[in-house]
Amino acid sequence: MSASNTAPVCRAADGALSIRDVTKIYDPEGVHVVALEHCSLEIAAGEFVAVVGPSGCGKSTLLNIMAGFDYVTHGEILLDGAPLATPDTRPRPGSDRVVVFQHGALFPWKTVLENVTYGPVVQKQLDQAAADQRAREMLARVGLSNIEKSYPGQLSSGMQRRVEIIRALINDPKVLLLDEPFRAMDTVTKSASHEYLLELYNATGKTIFFITHDLEEAIFLADKVAVMTTRPGHIKLAISVDLPRPRNYRMLATQQFLDLKSQLVEAVHEEAVKAFQAGEREMA
Amino acid sequence: MQTALILIALAALILGAMAWRIHKQAKLYEVGFGRQLVNTLSSRSFQLTLAGFVIFVGLWYVTVSLLKLPWFNRLPGPVEVVSEWLSPAPVFGISIYTKDYYTHIFYSTYRATAAFLLATLLGIPFGLLMGWNKKFYDYSLPLVELIRPIPPLAWVPLAILVLPGSEPAVIFVTFLVAFFVTTLNTLLGVESIDENYFRAAKCLGASNKDILFDVVVPGALPYIFTGLQISMGASWFSLVAGEMIAAQYGLGFLIWDSYSVIAYPVIFIGMATLGIIGWASSALVRVVGRRLMAWREAELSGSARVEV
Ligand SMILES: Nc1ncnc2c1ncn2[C@@H]1O[C@H](COP(=O)(O)OP(=O)(O)O)[C@@H](O)[C@H]1O
Ligand SMILES: [Mg+2]
Repeated sequence: MSASNTAPVCRAADGALSIRDVTKIYDPEGVHVVALEHCSLEIAAGEFVAVVGPSGCGKSTLLNIMAGFDYVTHGEILLDGAPLATPDTRPRPGSDRVVVFQHGALFPWKTVLENVTYGPVVQKQLDQAAADQRAREMLARVGLSNIEKSYPGQLSSGMQRRVEIIRALINDPKVLLLDEPFRAMDTVTKSASHEYLLELYNATGKTIFFITHDLEEAIFLADKVAVMTTRPGHIKLAISVDLPRPRNYRMLATQQFLDLKSQLVEAVHEEAVKAFQAGEREMA
Repeated sequence: MQTALILIALAALILGAMAWRIHKQAKLYEVGFGRQLVNTLSSRSFQLTLAGFVIFVGLWYVTVSLLKLPWFNRLPGPVEVVSEWLSPAPVFGISIYTKDYYTHIFYSTYRATAAFLLATLLGIPFGLLMGWNKKFYDYSLPLVELIRPIPPLAWVPLAILVLPGSEPAVIFVTFLVAFFVTTLNTLLGVESIDENYFRAAKCLGASNKDILFDVVVPGALPYIFTGLQISMGASWFSLVAGEMIAAQYGLGFLIWDSYSVIAYPVIFIGMATLGIIGWASSALVRVVGRRLMAWREAELSGSARVEV
């Protein structure tokens, strides 16, 4: 498997994200939760960005806004220079930025093949036969050839997530948005999932926005790790990961990796303490 | 002679159904038919089922026929009821050989089916619409909540006044109960769907109409079928009540009429028949549900699980 985890074959020409001074306030007239404040981040086309930060700091909020599930209150987000989210535009999800959800959102009532072909077929880009063909090719690439007639509930969590990533990629999106997709997986499944994701990333060169709270995972996968502050969240610092690609698990033990990790631990720990104290204040 | 034939036909039917079920299970567990038959017959649940029946009939026999306990002394025992039920020349005029018996069954089944189908046809779209459209939900929920608690029998006079004749009236009150059950379960089904399925569908480019048919309907289906099973039961429940008040035929009428003319074994025949038909109709709904929700069956049967 790691043999095919080769250097990127292509880098996407599009999929650049520009998050500019974004503020998100939930329920402004009522409870008034400021989830994001002056949040900015530049993501180049084809870049793999991991976002880490204490729980409840606004990571999913940012992702949901980019996905088109919610409004921004102030600021704007551009995709390849065109406005994607502004306070005046209606949020509009689309197959150019597909989300892979934390708990998985494969349709349990559709088979694996029906799930994977859903996007192209429902958008009438491919007829069912052509979509089936394409889906089979893509499933085979991640070692999932013999399960196309299974229902998601019959698969392990690792396989489900692989299928969901394929269901996203078959639409040839500009950006892949992943919200803690490997959370709650055991170590073995998780590391297998990392290999598959990296392989797909190398093969497609899509822009990836990847939320996690696992620092090692963030470094191992990403080109850039962005640390978010406690709520109201903004990007506190972004660290470039210059580990060579293709990545492999031996890199987890290199000095370079450990240095990056301690840098991140420092930054995240500071925010975690703040979050903890803020929590205590709220309780008092 | 005729009795023997009918009994044989009945036994064949029951054995056939059992054989079919064992055949299916044998396939599921990948064992031979004979092995599965032994497994089933020696299984604890089968023995308990059998024991349950034996205890029930035994208690009935002991309290009514043997001890003739004070409160029960006017009731017929199991032997009287069964022999009347199977008699070619029934004392009270109702047995499996009489045309009247089937006329009553026919009327009840026809009314319950008509009411149930009407309730399903109207209730599911109504419930889907309520779950799908916030405006429609706001319009209709308070009305539904106000009308639903009115017991079906309270509608009978009004129904007879408005509708031509008592036949549509009985069907209407039966329909009403089934309709509310189906509507509210469908609504519950739509509300139970995880928000992320809607989001995933939108991400993948689904239009609102696509979402209705690809997410809302299949997502609500488990609740809808639970609702249909309850609705089937509720149909029989209110049908029998309606028939007692306002009908000339039907098992509800039969039971009430037999009480007034002191034909007590017929009461039992009517009740047992209702039990069997009610059970069969619920089973039918369940089977259809399973057919339509293959994905749930696959999920539930652990043997089909695939590992990494
Ligand atoms: N729909 C909502 N309405 C009100 N508050 C919300 C809503 N969604 C999230 N929040 C709040 O916004 C904050 C950020 O949430 P979220 O983005 O989910 O955090 P994270 O993904 O980093 O754990 C949290 O305090 C959360 O309670
Ligand atoms: Mg989150």
